[in-house]
Amino acid sequence: MKLDVRMPIGLFFVLVGALLTVYGAVTLHEPGASPTGVPIDLVWGAVLLAFGIVMVTLARRARRLGV
Amino acid sequence: MTHVAGIDYAVMGLYSAFVLGIGVLLRRSVRTSEDFFLSGRAIPAWVTGLAFLSANLGAQEVIGMGASGAKYGIATSHFYWIGAIPAMVFIGLFMMPFYYGSRARSVPEYLKLRFDEKTRALNAVSFATMTVFSSGISLYAMGKLLHLLLGWSFDASILVAAGVVLAYIFLGGLTSAIYNEVLQFFLIVFGFAPLVFLGLRAVGGWPGLSARLATVAAANGYAPGAYTRSWAFMGHAAHNPVGVEWFGLVMGLGFVLSFGYWCTDFLVVQRAMAANSMTAARRTPLIAALPKMLFPFLVIFPGMIALVVTPPATSRAPSAQVAPAPGAAVTVTATATAAAAAPAGVVPPKLDPRTGAPLRDARGRVVLDYDLATPMLLLNFFPAGLLGLGLTALLASFMSGMAGNVTAFNTVWTYDLYQSYVRPGAPDAHYLAMGRIATVAGIAISIAAAYVAASFNNIMDFLQLVFAFVNAPLFATFALGMFWKRATGHGAFAGLVAGTLAAAVHHGLSLPAGASVGVKGGYLGVLATFPSELAQTFWTAIVAWVTCFLVTILVSLATRPRPEAELGGLVYGLTEKPRDAVAHWYERPVALAAVVLGLTVLLNVVFF
Repeated sequence: MKLDVRMPIGLFFVLVGALLTVYGAVTLHEPGASPTGVPIDLVWGAVLLAFGIVMVTLARRARRLGV
Repeated sequence: MTHVAGIDYAVMGLYSAFVLGIGVLLRRSVRTSEDFFLSGRAIPAWVTGLAFLSANLGAQEVIGMGASGAKYGIATSHFYWIGAIPAMVFIGLFMMPFYYGSRARSVPEYLKLRFDEKTRALNAVSFATMTVFSSGISLYAMGKLLHLLLGWSFDASILVAAGVVLAYIFLGGLTSAIYNEVLQFFLIVFGFAPLVFLGLRAVGGWPGLSARLATVAAANGYAPGAYTRSWAFMGHAAHNPVGVEWFGLVMGLGFVLSFGYWCTDFLVVQRAMAANSMTAARRTPLIAALPKMLFPFLVIFPGMIALVVTPPATSRAPSAQVAPAPGAAVTVTATATAAAAAPAGVVPPKLDPRTGAPLRDARGRVVLDYDLATPMLLLNFFPAGLLGLGLTALLASFMSGMAGNVTAFNTVWTYDLYQSYVRPGAPDAHYLAMGRIATVAGIAISIAAAYVAASFNNIMDFLQLVFAFVNAPLFATFALGMFWKRATGHGAFAGLVAGTLAAAVHHGLSLPAGASVGVKGGYLGVLATFPSELAQTFWTAIVAWVTCFLVTILVSLATRPRPEAELGGLVYGLTEKPRDAVAHWYERPVALAAVVLGLTVLLNVVFF
């Protein structure tokens, strides 16, 4: 395959996840940052980051194995 | 208007950069027209499967299904569990061998191989017209929504979105569209999943949501479970908010409309045709069916929640657009007890464009703007940061729907119309260039259609109506073509024309309850009244399908069939059964189909 689609998808979610995680941590105690009482930027940012890392790892592994 | 923070713009900017980057990276791999239109038939099944699903994930899906969730409750899941999954299984198991095995480059081209030139031309012209107008209507909906919610310029919104889609398809063709559809799929999942989590948490989970919707049901004159049970109240059209009885639902939606769309629409079939093997092509719709059956939780639940949730105290959403309590808003005539007990929601009323006052229906009830259910929930529950992700998911849904239409349009235009009737026999590079020109033209027509929709809303309603008439009989033509070797080209053509006319006549002689004569029907005289618009749509489809089926058979029997030797690979019984080249039993399409159907039955039982 020309380009493993998991690589750009993984990189996108790594960047967005990192952005949200950092933003969520910095604004944790600011009013309006958690309208529902859940620090959702921080939590969801970490989820996106983890998903992005899994996708990048799968793409790198596939490239190494030549599949 | 809601304030969009810098972080939100950063997420949207990153998304735009990535979709364009994918187009740029893939540009070098597009050398032939087959690379551009069919991805060189080299994409693995899981990628084509997610793209198959995502190409359908346009505005209608995300905004429209949320709106239906608020309007009809969990019964909207019929559009998935009855109205999509069985057809996706059918195309994967039984129809894909003919689409992929015949080496046709498009669905109209299959019709040419199986029937004749005129049947292909009819399908190609109607399909190409439909795709660009659908794309335009979607573009219009996006521009209007972003202007209303965020105060963004209508012109800038549609031009930027259309420009991004144009750039990545122009550069990387179908592969670029498919890769971006996979990114868009994950973005929509990750953008809406936290919305459902936060929304459900706010209403006390499923039990809390059921209790609140029971109050709304009572206020609207239904049994308490009418919004939270999918089948229990389908015995009679008057007992459920959809206004349809089970037979019309199963035959109209579950059979005619669903099979007509999922099994014959080139927009989705094109993704499977790009797969790297016959087995991968057959697995494409089956892989798509797995996430598809879970999408009601992602796109319908937000609408149901929006109808009854209390907005958070620190919500950044515009308070002026937050609706009064639906108990009061939905039923002014409801009992005082029911109205007082009904919970607050975030779905705003529909406003009269002239006076600015909330619109009321014939019974004096305030009409809610259901299309804003999901977007309003997003604005109420997402803080800066996550709001950027949610808005990007919305944009992604608009873009993936548009890209699906544009890639299908450029292929049908180039192969089925231009190469067949305008300039046959040119070198491949010429058709590749024409594909890129058609991409630009398709986007330009979409933008023009968006402005037409903005100026003359009724014209678009009328066009969508005509498209529905053209689509309704299609599955009868394909089913007879693939499974009855005696079906002829004259039969198929006559069946399609008769089916379309029958749809128009049925629609013209019927009217949904409470509607006025015009685009809603009754223009030939009112012989039948349906309890709802959906019931009328389903029965119109049934009439069109039956007419097409019978006329095709009758005309086929009266005309000369093609010799069997010419139908190998095109018709069941004259085609060798495909062998699955897979390493494990669970990779077989039949095994995957059994899992998909089993899970679908389970979901129907759980929400019965």
